[in-house]
Formats: sequence, C-alpha cells, structure tokens
Amino acid sequence: MYNSNSVKSVGGKMNKEKNNKGKLKRTNSVVYVLLALGGIIMIFPFVWMIATSFKQPWDVYNLSIIPPEATFNNYIRLFEGSNFPRWFLNSFVVGLLVTFSVLFFDSLAGYTLCKFNFKGKKIIFILILSTMMIPTEMLVIPWYIMSNKMGWVNSYWGIMFPGIMTGFGTFLMRQFFQGVPDELIDAARIDGLNEFQIWWKIAMPLVKPAISALAIFTFLGNWNAFLWPLIVISKTELYTLPVGLAFFSGEFQTEWEMVMTGASVATIPVLIVFLIFQKQIIKGIALSGLKG
Amino acid sequence: MKSFFSLLLVKKFLQWSLVFVFVLAFIGMASAEKVEITYWQYFYQTKQETIDVLIDLFEKENPDIIVKHTTFPYENYNTKVAASVPAGVGPNVINLYYGWLPVYIGAGYLQALPEDAFDPEMIEKDFFPLVSAAKVDGKYYALPIAVRSLALIWNKDLFKEAGLDPEIPPKTLDELVEYAQKLTKYDKAGNIIQAGLTTELRGQLHHWVREVLIRQFGGKPYSDDNRKVTYNDQSGYDAFTFFTDLTEKYKVGQVGFLTDDVTAFKAGKAAITIDGSFRIGTLDKLEKLNYGVAEVPSHNGIKSNFASFWANGITSFTEGKQLEASIKFLKFLTSDKTMELWLKNIGELPAKPSVAFKEENINNPKYGPFIKGLEYAHATYFVDEMPQRQVWTDAYDMMTLEGKTVKEAIDTIAETEQNVLDKFYSNK
Amino acid sequence: MKIRSIKLSIEQKKTIWAYFFLFVPLTFYLLIRIYPTFSSFNISFTDWDIVSSEKQFIGLENYQKMVNDPVFLKTLVNTFRYVIFGLPVTLVLSFIIAYNLNKIKRGLGLYRTLYFIPYMTSLVAVSWVWRWLYQPLPLGFFNNILSFFGLAQQPFLQSTSQALPSILAPTIWVEIGFQVIIFLAGLKAVPEFLYEAADIDGADNWQKLFKITIPLLRPTIIFLVVMGTIKYLRIFTQVYSMTFQGEGGPLNSTKPLVLYIYNSAFRSFDMGYASAMTVVLFVLILCITLIQLKVLEEK
Repeated sequence: MYNSNSVKSVGGKMNKEKNNKGKLKRTNSVVYVLLALGGIIMIFPFVWMIATSFKQPWDVYNLSIIPPEATFNNYIRLFEGSNFPRWFLNSFVVGLLVTFSVLFFDSLAGYTLCKFNFKGKKIIFILILSTMMIPTEMLVIPWYIMSNKMGWVNSYWGIMFPGIMTGFGTFLMRQFFQGVPDELIDAARIDGLNEFQIWWKIAMPLVKPAISALAIFTFLGNWNAFLWPLIVISKTELYTLPVGLAFFSGEFQTEWEMVMTGASVATIPVLIVFLIFQKQIIKGIALSGLKG
Repeated sequence: MKSFFSLLLVKKFLQWSLVFVFVLAFIGMASAEKVEITYWQYFYQTKQETIDVLIDLFEKENPDIIVKHTTFPYENYNTKVAASVPAGVGPNVINLYYGWLPVYIGAGYLQALPEDAFDPEMIEKDFFPLVSAAKVDGKYYALPIAVRSLALIWNKDLFKEAGLDPEIPPKTLDELVEYAQKLTKYDKAGNIIQAGLTTELRGQLHHWVREVLIRQFGGKPYSDDNRKVTYNDQSGYDAFTFFTDLTEKYKVGQVGFLTDDVTAFKAGKAAITIDGSFRIGTLDKLEKLNYGVAEVPSHNGIKSNFASFWANGITSFTEGKQLEASIKFLKFLTSDKTMELWLKNIGELPAKPSVAFKEENINNPKYGPFIKGLEYAHATYFVDEMPQRQVWTDAYDMMTLEGKTVKEAIDTIAETEQNVLDKFYSNK
Repeated sequence: MKIRSIKLSIEQKKTIWAYFFLFVPLTFYLLIRIYPTFSSFNISFTDWDIVSSEKQFIGLENYQKMVNDPVFLKTLVNTFRYVIFGLPVTLVLSFIIAYNLNKIKRGLGLYRTLYFIPYMTSLVAVSWVWRWLYQPLPLGFFNNILSFFGLAQQPFLQSTSQALPSILAPTIWVEIGFQVIIFLAGLKAVPEFLYEAADIDGADNWQKLFKITIPLLRPTIIFLVVMGTIKYLRIFTQVYSMTFQGEGGPLNSTKPLVLYIYNSAFRSFDMGYASAMTVVLFVLILCITLIQLKVLEEK
C-alpha cells in the first residue's frame, strides 16, 4: 500500500514515482465513485425495460421497478405466438455477414485513403463521405425498385446489400490508420511484401481498437434497422427482429409489456457481441517493434 | 406358377399406375384451372385469424380459387403499400384505411367496383351512409366489412365513489361537464390525480371536435363537396371554446395525463372517456375495470358521431380471371354472414344496418351505443390525415402555450387546412 | 537516369494498387448510394406522390414553396439548435468519461459496458422511459424531485421552449455511449512509452493530457466532430419516438428537418417536396463538412 507520507525514501526519482502513485490512488477512488454514479444514471432505462418485460399488462404503468405480479407470460407469448426465433436468426445472420463485409471493405478503403497518394484522392474521400449526407429513408424507394428488378426481394441479400460498405466505417478507419507509422509500411515494402499483405499483416493489427469499435457499431446498426427490411421483405419468416416486433404495435394499442420484452431480448445479443469485442479495445497495441 | 403370378402382378401394377397417373393429371389440370389472388391487410391478431377462417370457407365454396393472405405490421403499413406501387408489386384485393382512399383512388391505384356486381344504388341502400367516403364521382372503389364509431365510456366504480349513480351516464354536454367536475380529484398542490374526463386531442378527440362538437354548436366542418373548410365561424369558435374550457376553465382533465387517454382510463385514473369501439377488446381484458358504454352526449338536441373504417378494394392492375375471382371474394367479404362473424371475433361494428340493427346487436350493452351512433355518424373525407389531424392539436397549443384567442387559433388552422385541401384538389 | 525511372515506377505501382483497392467500394457507392441519390434529387423537380405512375415536371416550384414555408424554416432553426447545443456537450462529457475510464484498472469491462448500455438499449424502450421521467406530477420523476425541493413543476415535453432541450437530453445520453467507445479506442492507440517518458521528465497529469493525449487524439477528435455534426444534423428517430406519432411538436418546436422530410414523403406522400428538402439538407451538410475538414485537417 502506498502512502504519500512514505515519500521520504531513497532516491528522488523513486520518491516522485511513489508520490505520483499515491496521488493516483486517491484520484482513482474518486473517479471510481463518480463513474459508478454516472453508470447508474446510464443503466436506469435498461433496468426499467427489463422490469417491464416481467410485468402483467395492467402493471405496465405501475412505477415500481419490481413487478407486483412478476410473470414469464410475455416471454412465453413472444417465443410461442410469433416467429420470434426465426426473426432473431435472420437479424443475427444478416448482422454478422454485413459486419464482416464492412470490416473488410471499409478498412481497405480507409487504409487506401490514408496511406496512399494519388490523383482524385480527396474527391473520392468526399464522395464516400457524401454517402452519409442523405437520409436513407429517401433511398428506400429507389432501392426497392432496384431490388424488384434484380429479384433481390424477400432474401437475405435484399436486406443486406445497402449496408455492406459504409462511409462511416471508411472514415473511421482512415482516421485510425493515421496512427500507423509510415516507416513500418516502408520497411515492409522493402522486405518484399505486396500492398495487400502490408495492409493485412502490418497495418490491420495496429488498429484493432478501431476495428472492434466498427464491428460493434455495424452490428448494432444492422440489428436495429427497421424501415428497409420492412420494405424489402413481405414473407413473415424472413423479417428481421425490429420488423417482427412491430407486430405488437397495433392501430390503437401498443402492448408495451410485449414491446419491452422484445426490446429486452433484442438487447442481449448486442450485449454479447459488445462484451466479446470490447476486450479488444482494452488490449491496445503492442509497439515493441518500434522500440527496438 | 411363379411366372404367372408375377405377370398378373405386373399387369395389376400397370393398371393401378395408369389410374394413378390419370388421377394426378386430373388434379393437375384442375389445379391449373385454379386462379390465385392475393389479399393484403395490416396485422391484427383476431383480424388475421378471422380472415384465414373466412378464406377457408370461401375456398370451399369456390374450389377454383386460391386466396393468398399476407399481413404487414400496422406501423408503416401505408408506407409499405405505397412503396410497392412504383415497384409494380401488389395484391389483387387490398385493405386500406378509408382516409387514404382519396390519394390512392386519385392515383389510379384502385379500380371502380364493377357496377354489375356492385350496384351503387344497392350499396347506398344496404350500407350505412358513412360508407360514401369510399365513393368518388358516383362510383364506389372499396367497401368495408366493419366500421368503428365513438361512444362515451365511464368507470362505474369511480362514479359510485363520487356519489353518482353508476348506471346513469351523462347524456348532454352540460351533464358531462357537471359529472366530470364531481369526478376530478386533486392533490394538495392542485395537480390532477384523477381526471374527470380524458382530454387528449391526439387520440380520438379531434374527431369529436370536428364531427360532433362543431355540429352540435350549429356549424359544419366542411362544405358539402368537402373542398372548403367551414368551421372558422362562430359555431367553430364556440365548439372549440367548450373543448378548451374543459382543461382550462373546469380543469377536469389535462393533456398528457398518464401519457394518454387509454392508459389513464385503463389504470382507473380517468372516470370518463370518449373513445372508439376498438377499445372494448382491451378494456375487457382488465378484469378489475367496471365500465359502461353510452352514446356520445348530445347538445342542443343535436346528436352526432364520427365513424371510420378500413375498406377493401380491387387494384387497378387486376384483370381477367383474377378480377372475377377478386369480385367474388369481395362480395363474400361484405356479406352479412361475414359481418356477423367479424363482430363476434373482432368487435368491429357491421357496416350494414341489416346486421347492425339486429336485436341482439343493438341491445348489446357494450356495442349497442356504438351501433346506435352509426345512424347519425359522419366519416370525415381526409385528403391528408396528418396535417388535418395536427391542426387541432396546434390550435389547442396556440391557445394554451401562446395565449392566442380562440378566434386567432381557429382562423389560423382553418387557413392551414384550407391550403392542404386546395393543394389536393388543385390537379383534379 | 535508370534510378529515376525505377522511382516513378514504384509510385505508379502504388497508385495502381490504390485504385485496385478502391474499385469495388467505389462501384458499390456509385450504384447503390450515388445513383439513387441523384434520382431522388431529380424527383425534387416533380410533384410525384409515390403512388401515381406519372411524375409531372414542375421546375423549381418545390423550392419556391420551401423558401416560403414557415415550418421548413422552423425545422432548419431546430436542427441547428440540436447541433450547436448537443454536439459540444456530448463531446466534452464523452471525453471526460473516456479519459477516466481509461485510467482505471479494475472493472474496466464492467464500467465500459455500463456506459455503452444506453446506446445498445432499444430506442423505443429509451424513449418510453424518458417520456415517463418527464411526466407532470404526480408521476414524473423529474417533477417529483423538483417539488421535493419546493420548485415549481415543469412542462418539459409539453412546452414549446423546453421540449427541444428535453429531447436533447436522452439524445446526448445515448450518444455518449458511442463517443466514449471511439474515444477509448483512440486513447488506447496512444503508446504507453510516451507517458512513461513524460513521467521520467517529471510531467504532471495536465501536461500529459495537453501535450501528449490530445494532440495524438486529433484524428479521433476530427472524426467525432465531423461525424457528430452529420449525425446531429440528421437527427430524426430520437424526435420521432419522443413526440406523439412523430409530430415534432408542440407547434413544431422540436421538429428537425429530416422528420419534416420523412412526414412529407411518407405521410403526406409529397415526394417531390421531400426530395427538394433533401437536396437542401445534403448541400448544407456537404458545405459544413468540407469547411470542417479544411479547418481541422490543416497541418
């Protein structure tokens, strides 16, 4: 245990280190507490959502967090009555496939826009950025006409194709590749690696935190997509989760306990994906290569 | 011996195979004769189930027709239907909210119902007059199975608690205010903890203002051809003053109380509500809720009501055998038998007086008042429902949040709504 | 002479690789994003209502209507308010949280999950809960706190002046999750040895923050500023779920441009008008982004 009073020990540098570490320890406890408080604020609606999923319909508007008459009925209804497992699978498959595609293409494009110099680079970058400047709602009708002509309706591909590459991911990766030292890349070139290998073997491992972040956001974005899957799919068994859950919001009635149940179950896979990938963000990068 | 038997067996086998093949071919040919039509509606548990039952019955009566039934979530149903049009995709028979009909009919999406099968005079005789909202230039484009109307619903237990007879609801607007005042409870700071009356315009009450109150105060919401706004006169001002007085003067309700009208009433925190017949199914699920249904209160001896419906039409690209099949299916859907089943399963009121006014229906304590209201109900001819609905909430907000007078508010929204109407009729 | 020609060839080789890498993405964007965008822009010169088969050309009528439309102008103002008040607050809060999260050693995973949960939670659930928090007495949580301290209760979502900030609060609250993750990724990319070297030189925490952390976070900050601006300029679903049936009220005080576009397109079926507004939004975002990139990426 460090104690700022034990500064009176041998060596000035050692003293300074101990002093700093003592301060750090105190700061840390304050930080922990504040972060914990903030965390409670953050988690509140999530907890309420889960609580409501266990409530009877007439208790939905009851303010207590603990359901007065807790029940599994809503979950049973969700799994039995609707095509829930199938919708879940659809969202999962689509989400996974799109995420892999985005990770590949956006990283490659972002890397190219960062580490290469060529004519038209700026214009291409702006062009790709500009794809984010129009609300996708306005594109669903052209997409639907296109999908219909190409026979992509009522298929996984139909749901996926608008999202397999994004300006968002390209921009993100471009920024993070800036942290990869050019010397490493030049060295690799001299060693005889081709550009693709340099990207894959040298640059990519150095931006793992960004890749993890991109994976999480891409998966989440696709998981929650509603309007486009609704338009392109008419077969109930191919619906994605948000569209399927919309069946519980009727013309004059929204069954909030069912909506919250669906929302609760929908959040679980994202939580899992997040927990897997967020470890990558901790790991950071090993720069032993540079030191030596 | 062996060879003789095997010969016989082979012969038998061949004979039966031949028969089998013939039967298959016959079935195949019969199937090839079958016509397939598609029906789209929005998803509602009991509606989907009932249509499936009806399709089974229909297909039994018409073995050469197959009906494919697809439902979509209610949310964005209109978007889904609209998006299918430029893509050239669509059903043969489609269920649409009557308020969307002007747009779809104007765009040529629906075809006029063939007059030999659907004689306009017969329709006018058989159906409630409010169905005329599906009529354009003297031709009918869609017909409903069922309609919905408004009624007054009251909480009998809260009535008893307030010293009122739980079996006697208010019958006039004056009584409504009187009862509501007795039924409202406040806390020490003066906040409403129990509303006497629900007052959310965003729910069904804007219909109440438009088709009921305005008429009861001596006016009309629109001109006879539906092209002009006519509520910006004294009757309109009086009607809306009555409405705003409920929350501002008499304080019997509050906008956003317990988030919305239904929630408040279901939770037993609002004593009276004016809502549609579709609410009964939900209320019945709450065992502890003891409610009664009565006709919408009258005023100055004038009774009025608002009715709405979802109607079934035939798309304009349906032709030939599919058109014939669609006509048969539509006739089936709008038959008396279907309407009886619909009322039983779903609780929507029959669109024909012959069914609606049957003893057991009109005397039903829950549906009777709604049915009685159909006699004098109006179905607003919406050309763009969102802004036309929005103007009333805006008028209310203008008065309560911006301090405008009722005349200023009503005149402003009348102009806004007139612009919406003008735009729609400008290229007709 | 020989050496020079080899040098050029390496550059050319790299350029070929660059175009090769970008070939598939560019083709994709052109076909799936750019082309439909242009056909959408074309519709702004018509009066198409989605369900009619003809689109009648009406020239600049939609644009003239837009300029004279008080609702359009209001949505522009609202949209800018969302950006100007929302983005800086989100950036500062997210950075503070991420910076401190980065410092702690124990339970990092748990804390990080906590701060990301709002972003992960279904927006429908988030909106529903926040609407309850804003309820008037006797139900609303915030109003209960206010009255506990003897303060007057507030209308929040029912007020033309308070509604927009009331919707901004959960928006920021959710967006923090996003920005914290990105900041964390950026912070982790700062090499440890730089801090160690600074320690040896006797630098304190503030000096380390301003001389090492923030400069090295520059690409991340640029990303979040540009991306955040675009996101806030395009704000839509948050307002849609927090106001009744997406009306953007009361009296249009919370309606952002994209919501107005959406309602015009898919409720009023006025696709021509919606497309015209989309063009304006696009040009707006493009100009702002270009200016930001120019200013921020100056070496």
